[in-house]
Parts: sequence; C-alpha cells; structure tokens
Amino acid sequence: MNIHEYQAKELLRNEGVPIPPGDVATSAEEAERIARQYGGTVVVKAQVHAGGRGKAGGVKLAKTSEEAREVANKIIGMQIKGLTVQKVLVTPAADIASEAYVGIILDRASKKPVFMVSPAGGIDIEEVAAKTPEKILKLPIDTRYGLQPYEAMRLAFFLFDDVRKVRAAAKIMQQLYTAFMKNGCSLAEINPLVTTPAGDVVALDAKMVIDDNELDRHPDIAALRDESAEAPSEVQARNANLTFIKLDGNVGCVVNGAGLAMATMDLVKYYGGEPANFLDIGGSSNPEKVVNALKIITADPSVKAILFNIFGGITRTDDVANGIVTATKQNPLTVPIVIRLTGTNEEIAMKILKDNGFSASSDMDEAVKQAVALAKASPVTPSAAGGRGA
Amino acid sequence: MSIFIDKNTTLVVQGITGRDGSFHTKQMMEYGTKVVAGVTPGKGGQKFENTVPIFNTVADAVAATGANTAVIYVPPMYAADAMLEAADAGVKLVVAITEGVPVLDMTRVYPFMKEKGARLLGPNCPGLISPGASKVGIIPGRICTPGTVGVVSRSGTLTYEVVYQLTQAGLGQSTCVGIGGDPINGTNFIDCLAAFEADPNTTAVAMMGEIGGTDEQDAAEFIKKKMKKPVVGFIAGQTAPPGRRMGHAGAIISGSAGTAAEKIAAFEAAGMGVARRPLEFVQLLRDRIKQ
Repeated sequence: MNIHEYQAKELLRNEGVPIPPGDVATSAEEAERIARQYGGTVVVKAQVHAGGRGKAGGVKLAKTSEEAREVANKIIGMQIKGLTVQKVLVTPAADIASEAYVGIILDRASKKPVFMVSPAGGIDIEEVAAKTPEKILKLPIDTRYGLQPYEAMRLAFFLFDDVRKVRAAAKIMQQLYTAFMKNGCSLAEINPLVTTPAGDVVALDAKMVIDDNELDRHPDIAALRDESAEAPSEVQARNANLTFIKLDGNVGCVVNGAGLAMATMDLVKYYGGEPANFLDIGGSSNPEKVVNALKIITADPSVKAILFNIFGGITRTDDVANGIVTATKQNPLTVPIVIRLTGTNEEIAMKILKDNGFSASSDMDEAVKQAVALAKASPVTPSAAGGRGA
Repeated sequence: MSIFIDKNTTLVVQGITGRDGSFHTKQMMEYGTKVVAGVTPGKGGQKFENTVPIFNTVADAVAATGANTAVIYVPPMYAADAMLEAADAGVKLVVAITEGVPVLDMTRVYPFMKEKGARLLGPNCPGLISPGASKVGIIPGRICTPGTVGVVSRSGTLTYEVVYQLTQAGLGQSTCVGIGGDPINGTNFIDCLAAFEADPNTTAVAMMGEIGGTDEQDAAEFIKKKMKKPVVGFIAGQTAPPGRRMGHAGAIISGSAGTAAEKIAAFEAAGMGVARRPLEFVQLLRDRIKQ
C-alpha cells in the first residue's frame, strides 16, 4: 500500500526525524491560509501516489500566500500519471546546502532490508544506480539484530565528512530503520536528506510503501489508505476480497489463481486481443466472489466480452457455475460471456450452465480465441450474443 | 525416485484442526501421505479423525513420532512463528502453505532455517507432490500421475493446469513443487533444478515462472552451466503493467526489472525450450525427452 508524503513524514516525525512543518490543503484557499500562517516562501507539493511529481509540475515554490493560492489552484485537480491530485502539502521552503539520498528497500535477492545511501540526492535513485553506481552504498541488515550503531555511522560517513553531520545522519538512519520495521514497510526513503547552510541535517521529502500483508496487525496504518487515490473498481474489488487490476483492453477476465490469471491475460494477447483486467477470485469456491467479480467486470464500459477461466483444484467448478447463474439472474449480462472450466466437478458444472442457457468448454485456448473474436465483433450497442442469464 | 518427499516422508501438520488444515489433512491421508502428528496449541492429547495424535507443540510431536516434515496451515500473523518452531524442533523440511505472511517476518525466518539446516518451501505455495508416493500441501492428487517429468513453479492453479495437461498426454511426473509467489521464499528455482538434476528418476523439467525478481534469470544461468537434463520454461505476466502487484506478492515489475521479456530472453540464451503458452509444454517436453 502506498501512503502519501505527508503521512510518511508524520510516521518519521514520530520517530524523531527532523522534518520541517507542513500542512495539507484540499483547496486553494486552504493552501493560502497555511502559507500565510508560515509566512515567507513555501513549497506546494501534490500528494499523489506517483513518482516524478516535480517534473510533472506538481511541486512549486510560492513566495507569497497569494502565490500559494494560485499555485495550489493549478496543482489541485491536475493529472499526474493518470492520477488526479486531490491534496497538496504546504511546507516552508528550506535553504539547501547539499542533498543526499537515504532509503531502505526490502530486497528479494539478499532476503533482507537493504540500506541504500548516496551523496547524490534529490534525483531518481535508479538513475544514480544506473549511471554512477559508485555513488551508492548498499548495506543489507539482519533484522534479527537490527541496524547496529557502527553500521549507521558507516552509512553516514558515506554521505558526509563533518562528524557533526555524520552523527546527525546516523541518528536519522536509526530512526528511519525503526519506522521501517515498526510500520511494516517494504520501502522507506528520504530523498532528499538535505544539509542547511547552518549545518543541520533535515528530511525534505519522504516516501513509504507498506507491505499489504502487514495491514492486519497495523490497523492505524491501514487507516491511512486514501481510496480517492485509487481506481474505484479496485477499491470495490479489494472490499470484496478480490485481486483486481484495471487494464486497457476489452476482454474482461475472471480467473482463479494469480499465475493462471496472468497466463490467461497473456493468452488473450497471444490470440490478438487485449485483456481489460487482471482478476483473481482466489482458491476458494465461494459463489459470492463470482457474483462480485461479475459486478465489477460488467461495470466497465470498455469490456466487450467476458472470459471465465477456472481450473478446479481446490475450487469446485460447480460452485463457480452456480455463481455465474446467480450473478447473471441478478444482473443480466449485456455482453457475451465465454466460460472455460475444467477439473473438480466439471460434469456437474457443465450441466448447471447448460440448463441455464450457457455454453461452456474445457479447452482454454479455444475459449480465449472465442472471447477475443466476440470482443472484436462487438457492435457499438451492447448485445447479449453468446450467452444469457436465463 | 523423486525430490524432497517420498514414501519415507512422515508428516506433522501445524494447524491440523483449522478449516484449511483439517480439510487438506484428510486429502493428504487419502492420498497415502504418512501423517503422523498434528499440532494445535491447547488440543494436545486429542486425536484428529480418531487416528492422528494431536500435540501442543511441534517439539512434542517430533519427540513422540519422529516426524521429518512439517506442513503449515496457520493464519498469516502466526505463520512465521510456526516455521521457526518446526525448524527448532529439528524438522528438516518445512512446507508453509499460508498466504499473506508479512515479508519482514520472512527476513527473520530465512536465516534461521539456514542455520538449522532445514529446507523451507513457501510460504504462499501449494506444497509438493511425488505422485504415487506422498503429497504435502494442497496440490490435487488426481491431476497427477507417476512418471519422470519434474515440475517446478511459482504459481498454484497454473501449475495444476500444466500438470493436468501432462497427465492427459501420458507424461507422468517425478515430483511437482510449488515454490510460492512471495518475494522472500525458502526454496528457489535453482534448489529444485539441482535436486531434479540429481534425481535419477527425472528425465526433464517443466518450469513455470512469472514476472518479478530475478529467480528465473538466475535459474537460466544455472541450467546453462550445470544441467544436462532438458528444461522447458514458461513465464506468466507478459501483459502485466509495471509497478502493480499481480495477485502474488512477488509478482511485480519494479522499474524496468523483472519483466517477462527479460526472463524469456534469459531462457532462450540458456538454450531452454520456451513455451509461449501453457499448452506447448507437452510437445516441447516430448521432443526433448525423445532426444
């Protein structure tokens, strides 16, 4: 789960990381009021789950509160990487002497959290890693022992020479590590970590990604989720315990299992179509999930054909068949549906579907081809060809 | 004969009285797996299905029954502890089925397993099956048949799909292993490939990878340098957008790393057979087994 910059900063402040004050505004007037309260130059920053906010024009300096209002007016409502900006963070501008990068990522290869620090801060760290890898120090941490003081000092000495700044930075490393572990992060970064002309070390921007698997034991963190920053269909799917990702195509896919769901999308593409989504109804055979899945898929106007691909292992295919029948009785389909199912209780499932006016096959490739063809042949006005909710 | 499990596997089920644990324990027993013990704290002294003794701790279960393998069906927040407990009790193969284990928990479990000399499979995996001999986990027994193809995969249902096609085509399996879809797991592709290479009963390997990480690229390098047996690979997620978790916690393209194209290129560079769709495994394996 992504959280906003202002939320990540709050979590870091809780651990004592020095961060300039800031307040969130959802309107230009509010931004003006906050700017007036701080006085002097402020920075107005889009709060949106996307990188490259600065390049996209989502981060602007404002010398006066009036200017803050004008700038906020432009930023709120703007699109950054397809996401609409709803909020801005208004924070006093800092005098910057130098910029560094400090981050922790959960690294698959070493199976540990890895500290990454670089004196070349303020820019995309992946770019630094690609062009000047010698400017990055990586240090895997054994979470059974935690970050040791000498390790924090070693990281800090890679950034600064002045021992006063080194000690300040080492303290921030510890605080960042504590926040990372305590909040169940898969990524936590401060970029930039700046020094001021007065020699203070301060965090000017923060980013945190929380491991979704941690949310059950961190209800306070789970409450930070900003549903307005997500596609409504994805929110609806999550609340129904489905894994759903919206894509650009027109073949709606309902599959059990993530691997098979990906393979099904790939097969749609292989046969010349475009998948409209990734949707995994999971391993259980709860007919309710099928009903919810169909609701979400059919709400998408770009879906021109629906493809079910179910391999019955743990999942009972007759349960899925019942789910399809129930769902289409509640909400009759307006687009054709192609059903492929095989495995556990396949004969029963086929009979249920046939008795209710659906046709189904056990051949995955044939089903995908048929769904692609139907999506392509779809007229502008929706039709009920191919299957119907009797 | 097989890898990791066989007729000598004696199993302790952690979470045996839970909904998933009890259901799958019955399935495993029906398949012929030697389930010798179960563990549910507070239910020690009872029996599962009137036959399998239940213990309060894994240590008690191992002391009383000598179980050499553990399978875990406990909820995600307690799964890491269950893994540590099994390894600490001296179990040498720990299979964690549980989905949703916090990844940071696994950063503590993984090094502990190594120190104890225990193999961890999973978490978030369907387990494994050596057809005709033993099954540990949730892979449906009836889709498999004994034979000589080794199967290793990061996914569940996609594996079932391919195994079922192999079975229908008369290509039996030595062992089918699901290594799981999480970013930090105990056993990777190379561990399984090395075991298949050393197994005299395995003649070829089917490998199903997916987007995210570099496990498949590392495996391709291993296949090129260390393996004589033919391997056919498939990558799921060719149409997956970057930056999104495709169901499995580990199935995510980070920046430009971990794409299907990059993995398929690694397979090709290693001289492996590449299945463009799941259906192609049968023919590609047949061609290679004949040679």
